[in-house]
Amino acid sequence: MAVGKITFTKTEREKLAEVLWLLNWISVVTGAILFGLGLFLKIEIQKWQEVMSEQGILYVPHMLITTGLAACGINYVGSKICLDCADTNKFLRWKLVMMPYIVCTFFFTACVLAGALMCYSIRSQLEEALYLGLRNTMRFYKDTDTPGRCYLKKTLDLLQIQFQCCGNTDYRDWFQIQWISSRYLDMTNSAVVDRVRSNVEGKYLMDSVPFSCCSTLSSRPCIQHNLSNPGAHAHYDEQSQQLNLWRRGCQQALLDHYTGTMQSIGLTVLLIWLFELLVLTGVRYLQTAMENVIRLGDPDSESEGWILENSLAETACYNFSIIKTLGKCYQVDDDPNINVPTAAADQEAPSAQVQVNVTS
Amino acid sequence: MAVLKVKFTKTRRDKLAQILWILNWISVVTGVILFSLGLFLKVELKKREELMAEKDIQYVPNMLIAVGLIACAINFLGGKICYDCVDSTKFLRWKLIMLPYIVCTFFFTLCVLVGALMCYSMHWELEEALDLGLMQAMRFYKDTDMPGRCFLKHTVDTLQIQFQCCGNSGYKDWFQIQWISNRYLDMSKKEVVDRLRSNVEGKYLMDGVPFSCCNINSPRPCIQQQITNNSAHFNYEHQTEDQNLWMKGCRQALLEYYTHIMQSIGLTVLITWLFELSVLTGVRYLQTSLENVLRQGDPDSESDGWLLENSLMETARIIKSLGKSNQINTANNGDPNIDVPSTSKAHYGPDNVPPKEKMETS
Repeated sequence: MAVGKITFTKTEREKLAEVLWLLNWISVVTGAILFGLGLFLKIEIQKWQEVMSEQGILYVPHMLITTGLAACGINYVGSKICLDCADTNKFLRWKLVMMPYIVCTFFFTACVLAGALMCYSIRSQLEEALYLGLRNTMRFYKDTDTPGRCYLKKTLDLLQIQFQCCGNTDYRDWFQIQWISSRYLDMTNSAVVDRVRSNVEGKYLMDSVPFSCCSTLSSRPCIQHNLSNPGAHAHYDEQSQQLNLWRRGCQQALLDHYTGTMQSIGLTVLLIWLFELLVLTGVRYLQTAMENVIRLGDPDSESEGWILENSLAETACYNFSIIKTLGKCYQVDDDPNINVPTAAADQEAPSAQVQVNVTS
Repeated sequence: MAVLKVKFTKTRRDKLAQILWILNWISVVTGVILFSLGLFLKVELKKREELMAEKDIQYVPNMLIAVGLIACAINFLGGKICYDCVDSTKFLRWKLIMLPYIVCTFFFTLCVLVGALMCYSMHWELEEALDLGLMQAMRFYKDTDMPGRCFLKHTVDTLQIQFQCCGNSGYKDWFQIQWISNRYLDMSKKEVVDRLRSNVEGKYLMDGVPFSCCNINSPRPCIQQQITNNSAHFNYEHQTEDQNLWMKGCRQALLEYYTHIMQSIGLTVLITWLFELSVLTGVRYLQTSLENVLRQGDPDSESDGWLLENSLMETARIIKSLGKSNQINTANNGDPNIDVPSTSKAHYGPDNVPPKEKMETS
């Protein structure tokens, strides 16, 4: 009871081989596309890696890159095989390689699917990484004289300007951070000293934000200071407040940006996976059809091709038993107490009697 | 005395025709490139037309677009002609068109050269347009409630952030403009009213700049207000401070940007011009050699090809005389008083018939 049995005439086999050769070359191109997508994602993540706390999310572009390269290699071999399969004589060259090749390609397509699903599942990990990363970056915003952190101010300003966002979740995050370095605070000024003293941790906190939070869409010049006191500014009504600063948090902005990118990439990878599956099915049919032709003896006759020789359940059982026996023969039977009568004992050669001449 | 005479065998003529066919198709591609470069420049200029005063600088991209389209058409026709020129019988189809075609292409290549030179000369007009335009834009920065000017604040802020520049020639330009609208000034405060009164034109001027002038490379938070007052800020000296704000003026920044684009485009157009000139020369040689083959009668023989049949001076003289013969000859008909003796006698009959001999009778 073969799964998916189809009868192939000689011309149909040759046509299938030609079509598969072409499809394999197209798959090499899609493999290159996969590689390119992985590279693009890696560059995008590395652009803003300073505001992400851990680099664990880089495994997604690395997976895509390796899968892309593997796709190119596998499909290149596949195209060579399919080109030779049109001729029964040349097929004999590849006969032994084909089954392992198909099994490899099957697992490889599973990797492609895993890569596609990873693109969709990374969101929660990214959210966490961004939250912690942005919090640290904002904390080190003022440390432009500390090596290793001196570029964080510029990075965060660029981020807020480019993504039109302010703070981690909201602009009010800046109120809880000292973002003006003590180097630029006049400690002889009593107002400054009072503010520093009134804070438990001795931080200089104020209800103001950096200039990069200012919105270019506002109709009035930017109000950065005394933000919690709207009355301090002339005609600072509700609408002005809405337009004055960027309202979105940078965590949300970056998350949306990366999620959008990765959804597009994930969709493309899914389409590539479907295509690879199609090619794999075709190669399997070609392999079984060619093997049956050789079994029948007549290269011009019709032959059958299938996906699995027996039903799914029988094939699964058969494969399991193979794996089990493979596992068993590697086990070492090392309990000496069990008396296992060896079948070879009877075949032991009788010890030859050695005559010893005793000389007196 | 032909100019640059070259001998062509049949195989060389065929090869020349084939090469010219390929070159003509490459020229079609360069024509498309020229067209798209013109389109790109037009879009870039239109993007920032709010910052440029009313100066006619659109003629440069329009010229490039027109030249690109004409190049495509001319070289497409040239490709067809050269393809047919391999065969002398097919050449007869094009024989009459070829000379006008070559003359047209010659004038067209001149247009391409003019286009290239225009790209380099646009610099000065652009500078003037930007100077006036930026001054106007900064003046209307505060007028976000006036239709037609309400987007200038957003445009100027985005420009200063994107091009990393401040003001027209420098950040001090903002000190001479009231960039905060009266709507947002608290008229109940004494300092505000004093400042307004102290200005001759009643403008609220201050030594402050908008937030878009702030330099992201600065190690300290941006100082936008009281820039020239060293004592207003701790550890600050505005004379030596060059990292706080963007120091470049926006006019210079935009000028550098557009000059860079136009130099690249100008270089591409010059290369296209040289290429077109070489194609034109090849087509001229092909035309003259094929015409000579037809004149000789034997399609497989050698023939000469040249650029000009006579020397340059003689060709100029011929063109002049062609022009003269088209003029109406008014020298004799104008003045009836001049007696122009006609050189030909009117023949009324044979004059030299010997008189009949008179027979003498009586």
